[in-house]
Amino acid sequence: MSLPLFVEVLIQGMLTGLVYGLMALGLSVIFGVVRVVNFAHGEFAVLAMYAAFVLFGLFHLDPIIASIPIAAAFFVIGYLLQRAVVQPFVTRPQHEQFILLVGLSIVIVNALLLIFGPESRHVDLPYSFDSFSIGSILIDEVRVYGALAALAVTAVLFAFFRFTSTGVAIRAAADNLVGAAVVGLDVKRLYAISFGVGLACVGAAGAIMMALTDMTPMLAPSLTLLAFTIVIVGGLGSMVGALAGGLLIGVAEAAASALASPSMKSMVSFGLLIVVLALRPQGLFGKAEA
Amino acid sequence: MSHKNLTFHRRAVLAGAGALIASPAIVRAQEKKLKIGVLLPRSGFFAQAGQSCHRGALASVKVLADLGYNVELMHIDTESNADVARTQAEKAINEGAHCLVGAFESGHTLAIAQVCEQRQTPLVINVAAAPNITQQGYQYLVRNFPTGGMLVTNGLKLVTELTRSAGVDIKTAAFLHANDTFGTSMRTAVDAIFPKLDMPFKLVESIAYDPKAQDLSVEVTKLRSINPDLLMIVTRAGDAIKLTRDMVRQKFEPKAIISPGSPGLYDEEFFKAVGPYANYFIYNLPWANPKSAMTQALEASFKQTSPDNRFALDCFNAGFTFEALLVAADAFKRAGADDGPTLMKAIKASSIKDHVMTGGPIAFNDKGDNLNITSASVENIALTPTVVYPAEAATAKPVLPMPSWQGRK
Repeated sequence: MSLPLFVEVLIQGMLTGLVYGLMALGLSVIFGVVRVVNFAHGEFAVLAMYAAFVLFGLFHLDPIIASIPIAAAFFVIGYLLQRAVVQPFVTRPQHEQFILLVGLSIVIVNALLLIFGPESRHVDLPYSFDSFSIGSILIDEVRVYGALAALAVTAVLFAFFRFTSTGVAIRAAADNLVGAAVVGLDVKRLYAISFGVGLACVGAAGAIMMALTDMTPMLAPSLTLLAFTIVIVGGLGSMVGALAGGLLIGVAEAAASALASPSMKSMVSFGLLIVVLALRPQGLFGKAEA
Repeated sequence: MSHKNLTFHRRAVLAGAGALIASPAIVRAQEKKLKIGVLLPRSGFFAQAGQSCHRGALASVKVLADLGYNVELMHIDTESNADVARTQAEKAINEGAHCLVGAFESGHTLAIAQVCEQRQTPLVINVAAAPNITQQGYQYLVRNFPTGGMLVTNGLKLVTELTRSAGVDIKTAAFLHANDTFGTSMRTAVDAIFPKLDMPFKLVESIAYDPKAQDLSVEVTKLRSINPDLLMIVTRAGDAIKLTRDMVRQKFEPKAIISPGSPGLYDEEFFKAVGPYANYFIYNLPWANPKSAMTQALEASFKQTSPDNRFALDCFNAGFTFEALLVAADAFKRAGADDGPTLMKAIKASSIKDHVMTGGPIAFNDKGDNLNITSASVENIALTPTVVYPAEAATAKPVLPMPSWQGRK
C-alpha cells in the first residue's frame, strides 16, 4: 500500500475514533462520578440511532443535527432513570448493579426488535456517497462531519465541567464524595445530572453514528464491548482517557487492517486491551487505586 | 316421486367390483392429497430468506393445482434454530405429513434429515449447499440445489464466458469475502477450483473482512492499491451496502464486479439502501429461467399471493422451493401412493424436463444430488435482477464494462 493510501486509512480511523471516543466518554462520566458501570451503554447508543432514524423519517432531519435534540432528550431520560431506578442500587454490591443494567439492556434490545424488527436500517443523506479529495487522498464527507460534531459535543462537555458551578460540583463529588456531602452539595442530584450527561454523550454519539453506518438492535452488545475496550484502554473514569482511547482504537484498527488483514481489526483492539491491562491496569490516563 | 329400475345384473356387478379392485393406484392417489410439511426459517436470523422461500410456497399452490397435482401444504416455522427444526419435523410427520420440504439452512436440513431417515419420510431439500448433507448415506433425502463446489465451479466458468462474450479484457482479479462460515467456505472452494479451471486472469489478492465491521473503507482502500480489473465478491446484503458506499466514496471502479455465487446483491434491502448504485453488479447463480413457461406461471401466481413483493428478487428462493414441491407432487402422481418407501422410490426416479430454474431436467444421482442445475449471469439493470447470460435464458445484453459511479444519482 502506498504512503498516501496508508495516510488516508489512518485519517479515516482517526475520524471514526473521535465518534467512538464520544460514546465512551459517556460511560466514563457515569462511572467517574456515580461509580456505576453502565452495562446498557451500547443499547442506549442504538436507541439513539433509532431515534435519529425516526426523526429522519418524520422530518428528514440530518442525524448529525438531530444529535442535539436527541442528546437533550437522553439527558432527561438519564436524569430520571438515575433518580427512579439506578439510585437505590448505588450503594448495593456491584453484582446487583450489573444485573440491573444488563436487565435494562435486554429490555431495550427486545423492545427495539419488537417495534422495528431485526432488519438493518440506514438513512440516505445527500452526502452519504461523497468524499473530499486532497491530492490522491480521499476522505469520506460523512465521517468528517461526524468527527467535527463529536469534537463539538466533547468541547461543550469539557466547558461544562470546567466553567459551570454544577460541572465543578460534579468534579468535586467525583474526587471526594464525603467532602462534597460535608460542604452541603446535593450528591443525589449531582449523580442524576452526571447520569444524564453520560446518556447525553451516548445519545449524541449514537445519532452521529447513524449517519456513518447501518444499524440493527443486535449491534448494541458490540457497541457496549467497544465502549468498555476504549475506556479501559484510556482509563475508566478519565474523560481525556476516553477520548484518547477512542482515537487510539480507531487508528490501531485502521492501521492493522491496512498492514495485515481487515478481518484482524477486532483482534488488534482486544490485543491492545490486554497489553494495557497487563502493563498499566488503570489505563493510559487513569489514576491508580490508592 | 319416480322410481328408477335399480335391478343389477350379476355380471355387471362383478365387473364393477373387479374394476374397482384392479383400478390403478394412480386413481386412488388423485382422490387423496399429498400432505407436504414445508419447514422454513420464517422468523429469527434467517427470516428474510425464509420468508422469501415461504412466498414461493404460497405461489406454488395454484401452479401445482393447474398442473393437476393434488397437494396440501403445512407451513411450519423452524425459527432459525436446528433444534426447533428437528422438533417441528417430528410434529409434522405425527400430524400426517407424507413428505417434508425445506429447510433453507444446511444445519437445519441435517437435523430434519435425521428425523426423516428414522421415520422413513422423504425430505426434498429446497435450499442447502453443504456438500456433506448428501454424503452421509441418507436414503430418504434428495437435494434439488447445487453444492458449494458446484456453485463456485459454475460461477467461475461463467465469469470467463461472460467477460469474453462482452469483449472485456480482464487480466487481474481480487476476491473479497466475509470471514463467516459461508464466506470462508466459498474462499476455500475458490482456492481449490480456480487453479483447475485455467482461468484467463490472475487472482492477485484475496481479502477477508468481518461482516460485523461498521464500514469497509480500509478494505476498499486496499483494493484501490491493488487496482484489479475484476472484483469478485461474496457478501450478504448488509455488507454489500457498506461495500458499495465505500467504493463510491473512494471512486473505486473496476471493469466488473461479479459474485461467483452469493446472495445479497438481489435483496430489496440492497436496492433500497444504495439506489442506482446497485445497478451493474453481476452474480452467477442458478436463477429462474425467465423464458420458461413454468416460471411465467409461477410469477403470475406470485403476483397474486404476494402483491407487495417483487418476483424478480424472490425468484431464487421461491423457484427452488417451488421445484422441491414439484418433485414431491410429481413423484406422488407417478407412484400413486403416499407411503414413505414408495414415494421415495418415485422421487429418486424423477425426471422433470419442464421446470423453473436454469439447467437440465430435474433428476437425482445415487447420492440424491441434482447435477443438472446450472448457473446464469444475472445483472442488476434498472434496479431489477436481469438474466444476461447464457443467451438461451437471457432477456437483456450484459452492460460491461461497468459504468462509472458518477452521474448515477
